[in-house]
Amino acid sequence: MLEQLGIAFLKTLLIFVLTLIGSLPLGLIVYFGKKSRFAPLRWFIEVYISIMRGTPLMLQLMVVYYGPSLIFGLTVSAGWRFGAVITAFVINYAAYFAEIYRAGIESIPVGQYEAAQILGYSRAKTFIRIIMPQMIKRVLPPVTNEVITLVKDTSLASAIGVVEMFTKAKQIAVAPASPGMAALVSAAVFYYIFNYIVAFSMRRIEKSLNYYM
Amino acid sequence: MNVLDMRGVRKSFGAVEVLKGIDLTVNKGEVVSVIGPSGSGKSTLLRCATLLESMDDGELYYMGECAARSENGQSVYSRNVNAFRRYFSLVFQSFNLFPHFTVLKNVIDAPVNVQKRNKEEVRAEAMKLLDKMGLAEKADAYPCQLSGGQQQRASIVRALAMKPEMLFFDEPTSALDPELTGEVLKVIKQLADEKMTMVVVTHEMAFARAVSDRVIFIDGGVIVEQGRPDELFGNAGNERTRRFLSNYNR
Ligand SMILES: Nc1ncnc2c1ncn2[C@@H]1O[C@H](COP(=O)(O)OP(=O)(O)OP(=O)(O)O)[C@@H](O)[C@H]1O
Ligand SMILES: [Mg+2]
Repeated sequence: MLEQLGIAFLKTLLIFVLTLIGSLPLGLIVYFGKKSRFAPLRWFIEVYISIMRGTPLMLQLMVVYYGPSLIFGLTVSAGWRFGAVITAFVINYAAYFAEIYRAGIESIPVGQYEAAQILGYSRAKTFIRIIMPQMIKRVLPPVTNEVITLVKDTSLASAIGVVEMFTKAKQIAVAPASPGMAALVSAAVFYYIFNYIVAFSMRRIEKSLNYYM
Repeated sequence: MNVLDMRGVRKSFGAVEVLKGIDLTVNKGEVVSVIGPSGSGKSTLLRCATLLESMDDGELYYMGECAARSENGQSVYSRNVNAFRRYFSLVFQSFNLFPHFTVLKNVIDAPVNVQKRNKEEVRAEAMKLLDKMGLAEKADAYPCQLSGGQQQRASIVRALAMKPEMLFFDEPTSALDPELTGEVLKVIKQLADEKMTMVVVTHEMAFARAVSDRVIFIDGGVIVEQGRPDELFGNAGNERTRRFLSNYNR
């Protein structure tokens, strides 16, 4: 049983890692889109963010998975199941990260921009050398919250039949002659330890940025 | 030679006209103090001179080169206006050091990454400047580990490391306790003795009197009066100037 759960956990881990790799940078791009001088792009981003935040992730997951066949009549390959999970998670989390980045960037005093301007930094250099490093420090606590939520959200993948750890635990639990509760409890322990490690790592990163205020 | 030449500068925020046609020229090596009541437009003038704010009307020259000219009652900025930034630097009231950089990095980052100067050279010069300002041991400290006075001296070093033709100061000691004010004013005095061209907005009248070659009194967005410090402080010709100064002589 533990072995089966362990293998399914790797799937959970993969969803987690791929979602972060995709959504953390995409969130920044979304933020820039929201700040764009091109109004239609700004509106589009506005609508996108409000939909991502205003509807359940599970529903978004289903739209992404079934959408291609239901709306466009395409036949989707078996691999799309996993692709849909990553796609839905990435665009959902990017919307949240974009809002977190915005709050972080807007909390940086205008004097930082003015000092950079006086010293001749270009806009790009100002952002990369001066603003972004300070933004990262400021957004770490809310980003940590999202990352911990993501650990638990990975279980939503079961809604479209991706066999990650939660799905697996459910399958084991309801199978005939199963260890029953033990599978669910074991899964809970996996999630808990995973989250503990995530929280611990994020705290380490926060500490490593405590050298300045 | 005039390092800075501003002519007929006008600036409004919304319906409020903050600068109503100001002329200001600063010669090489000259130290000019700008005094005046709160809200009179001193910071706005400095921000226009340092391109943080754009003028509505008026002309701006550095070293005889035109950064902005006036056309049909409107300022038209030169296309390569950013190139003019090499001529000046500005020291802020609130220092605005970069908190994630050490003091040394604050000083050398722009010369190395913006001006593309040789890192070792810049570093050596920076250490010399820090030493001169009594900050040699603080080179590897972060701004939050410094007192306000040390932070302001560090920000002055940061400005000097760019090798500007002139320096602007906007109330460089207003955020500091009296003891710390003294150490920063001493540093500015030292720069004045070395003939650094400077425009200093200040409420420190004793300092303005002792250090400046010329004092400008601004009120309501116009230059009311200017002159040598002994003239202006001794017997100001203008009633408004006298009234303003009397608040400080009490
Ligand atoms: N960005 C802005 N938007 C709107 N009004 C502004 C802006 N900046 C300055 N003002 C207004 O312009 C006027 C002049 O401001 P300024 O900061 O130049 O005065 P100051 O002489 O530097 O005063 P202080 O001694 O208090 O620093 C003030 O009435 C101020 O409220
Ligand atoms: Mg001011």
